[in-house]
Amino acid sequence: MTAIADSPWTRQRTNRAARLARAGMRTKVVPADDIVALLEALIEPGDRVCLEGDNQKQADFLARALTQVSPERVHDLHMVQSVLSLPEHLDVFELGIASRLDFSFSGPQALRLAQLLGAGKLQIGAIHTYLELFGRYFVDLTPKVSLIAAQAADIHGNLYTGPNTEDTPAIVEATAFKSGIVVAQVDEIVERLPRIDIPSDWVDFVVRAPEPAFIEPLFTRDPAQISEIQVLMAMMAIKGIYAEYGVQSLNHGIGFDTAAIELLLPTYGERLGLKGRICRHWALNPHPALIPAIEAGWIESVHSFGSELGMEDYVRARPDVFFTGPDGSLRSNRAFCQAAGHYACDLFIGSTLQMDMMGNSSTATLGRIAGFGGAPNMGADARGRRHASDAWLKAGREARDGLAGSRGMPRGQKLVVQVVETFREHMQPAFVETLDAWKLAEQAAMPLPPIMIYGDDVTHVLTEEGIANLLLCRDDAEREQAIRGVAGFTPAGQKRDRAMVERLRARGIIRRPADLGIDPRDATRNLLAARSMRDLVRASGGLYRPPRRFRNW
Amino acid sequence: METLNFTFEGGRALPPFAPALVGVVASGNLEVLLEPAQDATCRVAVDTSARGFGAIWEAVLRDFHARHGVAGIAVSIHDMGATPAVVSLRLDQALAAIAGTAEEA
Repeated sequence: MTAIADSPWTRQRTNRAARLARAGMRTKVVPADDIVALLEALIEPGDRVCLEGDNQKQADFLARALTQVSPERVHDLHMVQSVLSLPEHLDVFELGIASRLDFSFSGPQALRLAQLLGAGKLQIGAIHTYLELFGRYFVDLTPKVSLIAAQAADIHGNLYTGPNTEDTPAIVEATAFKSGIVVAQVDEIVERLPRIDIPSDWVDFVVRAPEPAFIEPLFTRDPAQISEIQVLMAMMAIKGIYAEYGVQSLNHGIGFDTAAIELLLPTYGERLGLKGRICRHWALNPHPALIPAIEAGWIESVHSFGSELGMEDYVRARPDVFFTGPDGSLRSNRAFCQAAGHYACDLFIGSTLQMDMMGNSSTATLGRIAGFGGAPNMGADARGRRHASDAWLKAGREARDGLAGSRGMPRGQKLVVQVVETFREHMQPAFVETLDAWKLAEQAAMPLPPIMIYGDDVTHVLTEEGIANLLLCRDDAEREQAIRGVAGFTPAGQKRDRAMVERLRARGIIRRPADLGIDPRDATRNLLAARSMRDLVRASGGLYRPPRRFRNW
Repeated sequence: METLNFTFEGGRALPPFAPALVGVVASGNLEVLLEPAQDATCRVAVDTSARGFGAIWEAVLRDFHARHGVAGIAVSIHDMGATPAVVSLRLDQALAAIAGTAEEA
């Protein structure tokens, strides 16, 4: 044994054994009361720790426990987790337990994160996309200790993650196979699991949390809140982009703009004769707004990053559409779905808060450090893609038509659509000359302005005024006027060169609703396949059970 | 509240029509009333809950007048913070509504 312990090639394994010996637990299942002591025994100062914070599922019990360890014993941790969602995720920095952070998204904690950074309480390594961070788990940000969440465990430590598997497989794979330690909180310990998502020999300790892990419904959009303008933009997306390119596989953002598109497929899309010709395969969480299209037979497959509260029984009843386990429930996986969305989808469409005149867009706003999660991977051309599809080839042809040399080499391109109403709430213009991201980069000493989607990846800008096809623009002057030409009455839109915009329209680079044969007066809420949460429940045959906060009946 | 008044010259006088009301006075929305007027202009009176957007109102209304070129019409708007997109849509809807009554008349 001493020979192994002294080997310069097995130090990590030796260190792991020492930690387990300190923990001194004889069984995998440990009592909740022992958790703080266990973490103090397992974690060493300076460790990289993944405290599972996903987009939806949170290891909240373990997060609270980590805030209770003694900062004298456990300090200078380097947190590597995709999402900062709970106050505890930042408390560890305030308390002096952790000092360094690599992450992807911090939506609800973005303001406090900026404040803590300003106060010198933490250093940020980088703000990643999901795939980047998962990638770095296997390169230079491998967690030493991972504190994860699952729905259930058996006494051997096998884990059932349920519909919200999300990041768990990526985290555990990186940790368990590099001599790290995995601690799982579970909602319950059962004799026989419905299915095994994580095998027991990758898991060191299991603790039953007093409360089920927190899961947030992030993808539920009440159809009652969809506006006529969103209906209009959805009509333009379907007729002017989806039908035009024959988009088969796609990913949607989470806003009301894309919910409107989902709800128009079985009505407006059906009327245009597009069923079976577009939108057959999706990389998407189980959006309730997709129920009417699924029920109308539009959708062949949906693979999901995570799940959505209330959709469990509906998904279970539609295994031909969703990826489900032998137990019947959804199997989600953020890493695989991000890869699918990046490489296997013809189109991404999503919204933004600001876009500049080259098409760069960002949701970064002053005083907040939020990150972008998966949007940059979804909303970027997959330069490594090699398989062809009609949509991908057509986009590539449009971008390269007439070009010679290296830029003329035939290849396809992903459709990346930014859908924005020209003014947001409180009359904030969505189109700006300079993104706030520049100022934010300066404030927070970032190496680059935080751009969500780069202009050279954006292929179409869709507003209530029209569609700008940036693929067809041949230089930056055309690109600028194409964007100004759909920027409506925003100051940036009013600065358009009217003659040039009309020339771009004549070339089909800008298309107004009338050019697409769409009368804006037809854009009524009556086109929505569901106009309320109750309609969605009805469309699901009662299988969809919205969380209470979305029920008003 | 802010009250704004605009008058646009030129355009064709509309045939007689019954007044038309579209939209609702609700947050992010507006109500548009179109009535016949005696003079050969397009007069617009805006009551808006949001102050400081006179220049954008003028641009939106000028665009409406440029697109439709209507005269002999008085437009009254009660706005509750609608975006320009909604304003243009309501104006177009209101004009379509009076076109309907003009045909019936």
